[in-house]
Amino acid sequence: MSFTDSDPSGEEAFSSSVVLEQPAAAPESLLASADMPPQRQITEEIGQLHAEAARREAAGDEVPATLYDFAPYRSSILRHPTKNPRLVDPETIELFSPAFGERDIAAIERDLTLQHSGEPLGERITITGRVLDSWGRPLPNQLVEIWQANAAGRYIHQRDQHPAPLDPNFTGAGRTITNDRGEYFFTTIKPGPYPWKNHINAWRPAHVHFSLFGVAFTQRIVTQMYFPGDPLFPLDPIYNTIRDQKDRDRLIATYDHDLTVPEFSMGYRWDIVVDGPDATWFEPEGSH
Amino acid sequence: MADTTDARSRRIAAAGEPTHKPSAGQTVGPFFAFGLGYPKMHEVGFPHAPGSILLSGTVYDGAGAPIPDAMVEIWGADSDGRISRARGSRRRDDHTFTGFGRSFATDEGHYEFWTRNPGAVDGKAPFFAVIVFARGLPDKLHTRIYLPEDEERLAADPLLASLSDEERATLIATRTPEGNLTHDLRLQGEKETVFIRF
Ligand SMILES: [Fe+2]
Repeated sequence: MSFTDSDPSGEEAFSSSVVLEQPAAAPESLLASADMPPQRQITEEIGQLHAEAARREAAGDEVPATLYDFAPYRSSILRHPTKNPRLVDPETIELFSPAFGERDIAAIERDLTLQHSGEPLGERITITGRVLDSWGRPLPNQLVEIWQANAAGRYIHQRDQHPAPLDPNFTGAGRTITNDRGEYFFTTIKPGPYPWKNHINAWRPAHVHFSLFGVAFTQRIVTQMYFPGDPLFPLDPIYNTIRDQKDRDRLIATYDHDLTVPEFSMGYRWDIVVDGPDATWFEPEGSH
Repeated sequence: MADTTDARSRRIAAAGEPTHKPSAGQTVGPFFAFGLGYPKMHEVGFPHAPGSILLSGTVYDGAGAPIPDAMVEIWGADSDGRISRARGSRRRDDHTFTGFGRSFATDEGHYEFWTRNPGAVDGKAPFFAVIVFARGLPDKLHTRIYLPEDEERLAADPLLASLSDEERATLIATRTPEGNLTHDLRLQGEKETVFIRF
């Protein structure tokens, strides 16, 4: 299995003698929701679910920061577990995470504007921040992987059907390793918002996808970074799977004029805080 | 391992109350492949090398349909129970066992890894730590895939012991006659995989 899509023509299926009980639908056909409701209805559903989550929390329920059962995000309807995840004591393997370092990544991979012969179109930006634990301690040697749409809101992924132009000088994937101070640095272009067929006139606010590991597998996080002041925030079911306004706010980068480079790029700052037990939680008392 | 609540209290006693609220997770979305894919990402163990096995299965949704845009990650100890601290999971050298792998579901929802049977760590039942991501899944899901053989250790496992027989079955892989492992992941519905949090 590779990460490139094999046989998009589907010819292979006709030569195969294997009959699947339930044939897989073409993935691109799954991207549109079944009912395509108007934005007004989606916004209403979002409000109801946020209110319900707040009620449950007030009643003493443990409610996750990100709601799994969130019908306004239509493709979640058949993909969220119906039972609460079991609270377990982590075993040793779960208290460690895979080790990454400079050997995994080339330094140039943190600059998404240098991957082709020409300069990509769009607003050149830098994104920098720290990877921290719950006590604000910086985490060095952390692999940070990012991916995003281009300035026109188009992904290079072949299943992205948005009729906006691809940029021959922009792929939109980068990665880096945090330094001794837990800092990461990316140079890229500001992604555009894009339509996504969850409902009528559904547009995602501009965002960059982030993936990190933390120091324990329990701390693994995949999330999205947003840009300040986006008018699409209240309309977007994915952003609003996060039930609490303060948690949503924390996914929005800060514009930092001190990071802006004269005649070159706009600067954004965004810290990521990982959560979950790690091996240091279990050190026997007095063992330092 | 030690009790989580005790560990958390001890941690708080030592370091004080957490000062930073965690960042919330978000869906991996539909277009993660070009951002998260890399060569040999599912080759935790070198294919066909002695001791290498295939771990594979299908990711299903609540209607029993395969999920073509899911990503499965595994993290496990080596066959002798040692946890690898070696770097290089993202740039394989074809001989270092780093314990971590990533697999994208095919159009038929199939995931697959070349890896090794994890050994028992601290004398506990061996398993792969697993995380599932998918378009339509608002945040990551943790689970475990246990090896089927060591019945004594499986019986002593606190998580497995807390489950019904049907639930338990969703966490234990099946050994094929060739020595490989198969294990399906069901995000919803009958036989829904047991997911965990810490
Ligand atoms: Fe996206």
